Amino acid sequence: MKITTAEVEHVARLARLELSAEEKDLFVGQMDAILGYVDKLRGLNTDDVQPTSHAVPVENAFRPDQAQPSIGVAKALANAPDRAESFYRVPKVIE
Amino acid sequence: MKFQPVIGLEVHCQLKTDSKIFCGCSTKFGAEPNSQTCPVCLGMPGSLPVLNRKVVEFAIKAGLATNCSISHRSVFARKNYFYPDLPKGYQISQFEEPICRKGWLDIQVDGIEKRIGITRIHMEEDAGKLVHGDVAGLEEGSGVDLNRACTPLLEIVSEPDLRSSDEAVAYLKQLHRIVTWLGICDGNMEEGSFRCDANVSVMPLGSETFGTRAEIKNVNSFKFVKQAIEYEIQRQIDLIEDGGTVVQETRLFDPNSGRTRSMRGKEEAHDYRYFPDPDLVPLVIDADWVQRAHGELPELPEHKQQRFITEYGVTGYDAEVLTASRSLAEYFEECVAFHHNAKAVSNWIMGEVTRALNDSGTTIDACPVLPKTLADLLKLIDSGAISGKIAKTVFDEMWRSGKEPGAIVEEQGLLQVSDSGAIEAIIDEIMAANQGQVEEYRGGKEKVFGFFVGQVMKASKGKANPALVNELLLARLKG
Repeated sequence: MKITTAEVEHVARLARLELSAEEKDLFVGQMDAILGYVDKLRGLNTDDVQPTSHAVPVENAFRPDQAQPSIGVAKALANAPDRAESFYRVPKVIE
Repeated sequence: MKFQPVIGLEVHCQLKTDSKIFCGCSTKFGAEPNSQTCPVCLGMPGSLPVLNRKVVEFAIKAGLATNCSISHRSVFARKNYFYPDLPKGYQISQFEEPICRKGWLDIQVDGIEKRIGITRIHMEEDAGKLVHGDVAGLEEGSGVDLNRACTPLLEIVSEPDLRSSDEAVAYLKQLHRIVTWLGICDGNMEEGSFRCDANVSVMPLGSETFGTRAEIKNVNSFKFVKQAIEYEIQRQIDLIEDGGTVVQETRLFDPNSGRTRSMRGKEEAHDYRYFPDPDLVPLVIDADWVQRAHGELPELPEHKQQRFITEYGVTGYDAEVLTASRSLAEYFEECVAFHHNAKAVSNWIMGEVTRALNDSGTTIDACPVLPKTLADLLKLIDSGAISGKIAKTVFDEMWRSGKEPGAIVEEQGLLQVSDSGAIEAIIDEIMAANQGQVEEYRGGKEKVFGFFVGQVMKASKGKANPALVNELLLARLKG
């Protein structure tokens, strides 16, 4: 076992997920299996291999700096659970 | 025990592009909340960001102007955290492979030059804005405005090379001058276009191991940067001397109290799990591109400042003031091109022009007196046609009416009187009317001389040639 319950709890906390005790056990097992599989790659010599961050070898996709019309406040807020005037409203944030 | 402060700065510059970094929404300031948004900057599922080319061009310029090397390849990464002003749940930034690395800037404090290292410059998107109170319906809860979300930023990170609040401010001012000079950032600190986080720690003097640092956020003026850093240095010293230890944390500067205070909420969130953003392809900048950007760079402020001293013979101080902004420096040079008396041009720009700009609340870009007309005015002074004093009156009229100086002088009959006969006539009149003072002068009270000069100038409505007045008065008074 490489993954501990504490690590699952930490990751869950970062993702704002609330897990039951059963779920934690379940994910400890699953995450451990996934990492174990990835660990197999350590057996390979990758000295000459660039880390792959992208699946397709494409570079430099740009758009020109031209302002386009936006979608408008009505559409932007259409799916908002809560609003005040043109703002999204969220629970009070205190810095 | 004596302590040595150690400071590093992270500066965020909002770039002066028309559209956002990854979508076509406008970046204009002050629009109705959420009116400049689209699926990309709202973080809607399925939308895809595409990089604004101008952001790359601006970043390369900033890198070259701060002596950085431009990375051949750089990659965008996701910085993951939750906050209501961040719609995607991550910020697109750069992490392991930023666009610029290893640069430096030279600063001067109390006449001593010092080189400050720049660790890196990277491109990223800004977050939205949170609004509290003063909006109907926001008595409870906070408002989110995503107009600013996804506007382009450069983050410029210095090495921990700064050793005092004065050095920190000098570095910031130098950087501010460069990004505004390049035209890539408007530099408006109040609106947040140029903002700074300061990493501050202290260590015993002579030590080589840095102390634990606190990061101060939210400092949006040069004055506040100085205040915040000085407060934080003292706070840490007091803490250590009282037997405490500094904890690594984020602190907020409060301009009202001049203090920094802990932002406890964010401490645990420092696990950002950066990884390359699969939605954005790697950025490759070849040597040609860098070369081209190099060719497009304007003459940089430090270089211009130095050249003003050697080429025009202005003082170090004048050169610094004249290169405070690119527009001012260009105004000066244009004016000197029309009238080859750099000292006079410099004095007038730093005196009358600056005063008039301040009084009217305008900037040099909107100065109603153009370099050519200012040069014409200075020519009138240097040729002896008008006195320096009258020139100030003419200047005010030029500012008001936009008329040519020559026309104003003619209309108002301001030509300097250099006709000795005419001046002698005035002198005789004044002497006749002030016999008492003439006696005093002849009795050895030479201070009265100033009185006569004043009277003659007044009688000539300021038009008499002052040098000639002096000469003739002296002769006449001696009898």
